[in-house]
Amino acid sequence: MRLSPDEMIFWRHGALKLNGTIVFTWGLMFVLAVGSKLITRKLSTDLKRSRWQNFLEIIVTAIEKQIEEVGLPHPEKYIGFLGTLFLFVAMANLFTVIPGYQPPTGSLSTTVALALCVFVAVPIFGIKNQGMGGYLKSYVEPTVIMLPFNIISELSRTLALAVRLFGNMMSGAMIIAILLTITPFVFPIVMTALGLLTGMVQAYIFGILAAVYIAAATRARKAKPAPAPKT
Amino acid sequence: MDSMTIIAVASIIIAGITTSFGTMGPALAEGRAVATALSSLAQQPDASATITRTLFVGLAMIESTAIYCFVVSMILIFANPFWNHVISLTAGK
Repeated sequence: MRLSPDEMIFWRHGALKLNGTIVFTWGLMFVLAVGSKLITRKLSTDLKRSRWQNFLEIIVTAIEKQIEEVGLPHPEKYIGFLGTLFLFVAMANLFTVIPGYQPPTGSLSTTVALALCVFVAVPIFGIKNQGMGGYLKSYVEPTVIMLPFNIISELSRTLALAVRLFGNMMSGAMIIAILLTITPFVFPIVMTALGLLTGMVQAYIFGILAAVYIAAATRARKAKPAPAPKT
Repeated sequence: MDSMTIIAVASIIIAGITTSFGTMGPALAEGRAVATALSSLAQQPDASATITRTLFVGLAMIESTAIYCFVVSMILIFANPFWNHVISLTAGK
């Protein structure tokens, strides 16, 4: 019973090994980078444009609109990070339709890495926006007694991001694996479709939560701040 | 009952109980969340984008507690450190 793509070893040399997580992540990176490069080779701004450019524009404008709705006023500053998070997680799950592929987000390594990226990015954006003093002051709001709780909430929300994505992806893959040994024909297909749906939702959730955490860190504290969700 | 049996029995029973109890709370909470979202959608259909997005974010938060219970069950069944330790002891003998 394979628990994660970590256990598929493709190549080993002493202590180094290429397991499924690494190889599939490289494949995803290759597809995303080469695909984008090919599509954006000839960008046109008049009415006649290629289908793929249209498709990418739909995605980019949708992500920008979502970032604005969450409360970040200049989405172009954040869309590099947030858009990449969303696209990576969405593609990682979408490719489950390819036989023999295991989503790399089904391994705790990938999800913890992504959550650590968010954990590091939130202070970076906060300090860029409000300066070091302003950002650090946000930790003692509303009173100084809240300082340990604010710190703990930062750590626990990062952990929750990682475990949420990992649990959803792993459970999808595992349910399909178990069902394949019981009812070989139609039911695993239904569960794969359900897994695709939850994968898309989880990718969206990951992106939106990262955007909300960044918005909470960069919100100017002059006006009455909206409560940031904890965990 | 020697310690191997105790570890095995405890792991199996608790794995089952963890998932079964762990999914009851989130299911009830998600039902209430969706019901409230539906009634507010009926009252203000113009805000449907915001309501839908907030609903999904809230559902993911609630769902994550169920996922924690599931992960604990999986650890107990597949990556149980106590069981691995005991197995390695008997294999060493």
